[in-house]
Amino acid sequence: MAAGYNHSVEPLLKYRIRVKKENCRPDGRELGEFRTTTLNIGSVSTADGSALVKIGNTTIICGIKAELTAPPVDAPNKGYIVPNVDLPPLCSSRFRPGPPGEQAQAASQFIADVIESSQVIRREDICIEKGKLCWVLYCDIMCLDYDGNILDACIIALIAALKNVQLPEVNINTETELAEVNMKQKKHLNITKHPVGSSFAVFDDTIIIVDPTAEEEELSTGMITVVTDENEKLCAVHKPGGTALSGEKLQDCISRAITRNREVSKLINEVMQSAKLK
Amino acid sequence: ETPHCLVHTMEVEESSTHPTTALREFGCEQNLLSRPDGSASFVQGDTSVLAGVYGPAEVKVSKEIYDRATMEVLIQPKVGLPAILSLSAGHTRFSLFYLCPVSLLLSRRYKASLCVSVCLCVQGPQLLACSLNAACMALMDAGLPMRCLFCGVTCAIDPEGHIHTDPTAAQERESRAVMTFAIDSAERRVMMSSTKGSFSVSELQQCIAVSQRASGKIFQFYRDSVSRRYSKML
Repeated sequence: MAAGYNHSVEPLLKYRIRVKKENCRPDGRELGEFRTTTLNIGSVSTADGSALVKIGNTTIICGIKAELTAPPVDAPNKGYIVPNVDLPPLCSSRFRPGPPGEQAQAASQFIADVIESSQVIRREDICIEKGKLCWVLYCDIMCLDYDGNILDACIIALIAALKNVQLPEVNINTETELAEVNMKQKKHLNITKHPVGSSFAVFDDTIIIVDPTAEEEELSTGMITVVTDENEKLCAVHKPGGTALSGEKLQDCISRAITRNREVSKLINEVMQSAKLK
Repeated sequence: ETPHCLVHTMEVEESSTHPTTALREFGCEQNLLSRPDGSASFVQGDTSVLAGVYGPAEVKVSKEIYDRATMEVLIQPKVGLPAILSLSAGHTRFSLFYLCPVSLLLSRRYKASLCVSVCLCVQGPQLLACSLNAACMALMDAGLPMRCLFCGVTCAIDPEGHIHTDPTAAQERESRAVMTFAIDSAERRVMMSSTKGSFSVSELQQCIAVSQRASGKIFQFYRDSVSRRYSKML
């Protein structure tokens, strides 16, 4: 493998010695270091908005498709946001073809929770006419290369793609009551919050490492994902079992997540700026 | 042998010093099914869950893991097809799947299979917390070696910033954020966390502290119900 770390009979033992002795991970990173994150927006020209994110080898692409539909009956002044995370067999040997597996379902649910909790977009903003017409945003997130920490990458891809979306102006003709779409007038979505996730793996019940690779995820005894927004508010503290952590350890994770939020927000802003200049 | 039944309910009074750690009445019945190796039903407010544990048993060669027991979690709603789970039920399954191995010493039972089967009898609020409690009681009833016990506690933060443990369905709807934690009995640390809504760091820490306090009451309840059960048998 490129990282200079190969599969052996006792990968855990090798890993343990390396981490304990040298305080450094097989790919040369320190325990609290993220992999290089790269972002490209507007990569899919047929989508209304899209983004491609790479965190190390992990590659996630997000495409957003907007359609017109009738608003939900229980909330006539709101539109829909439908996220879906797909982990195809292409991205890793651990996934099989067929209906979405446990991990893909859990990831989709997590992304939906983050959208709901953080109020990325106010769902009222994508309603065009109360009770009659609204937008539905299908956010399809697909993993192209699975090398751990997909949740962080998914959130970055989603936010960048949403910022890239341009929706045409829609008016309802008062006489015919039909929607008229004006493709010449396009508007960006109003993104109110910028949630950014940070994932951590607990290793050997005591050591917390940031941004685990697929290998590290497999060897870890627990995972935790913290999502913060730009006002240092928490949108999700997601820990599906695994090693128990004390309040202080969680605090360390949250502090790291807050600094990560600044780094990623800066990256997204820079990419948005350079896209505008083109 | 007839299954030994026990009903135990507890009501925690709203104390004036810590009004936030009030828990509603909950009840538990262990060993109420004869086929599983361990079973328990847990009733918490309007929610009721029945859990059964099978194992350790023979494992299929294809599913065998060389250094630990194979763990399976099944969730069954009372009505409808088990394949089509509601989101909260799916989430519960995912949580239990990752939570149980921490407290169970799976490496002691390598090449064995364990199955935790949870039936959601009445799906009210705090389904997750209630399922965790039921599963823990069932594991205890099965007599499996465990590192620690665990319990689920739900907290809700209302728009004014007050924290309520064990919120009712109405409190949950009106709240700004809802969090469910699984706390371990050994060191009272956070084993699992699941949150909805946005909240500040200090609010999170407060909720963890409140849940840790509330968990003491649940663990005491576990202890009381087990000690009462065995005192009757002797």
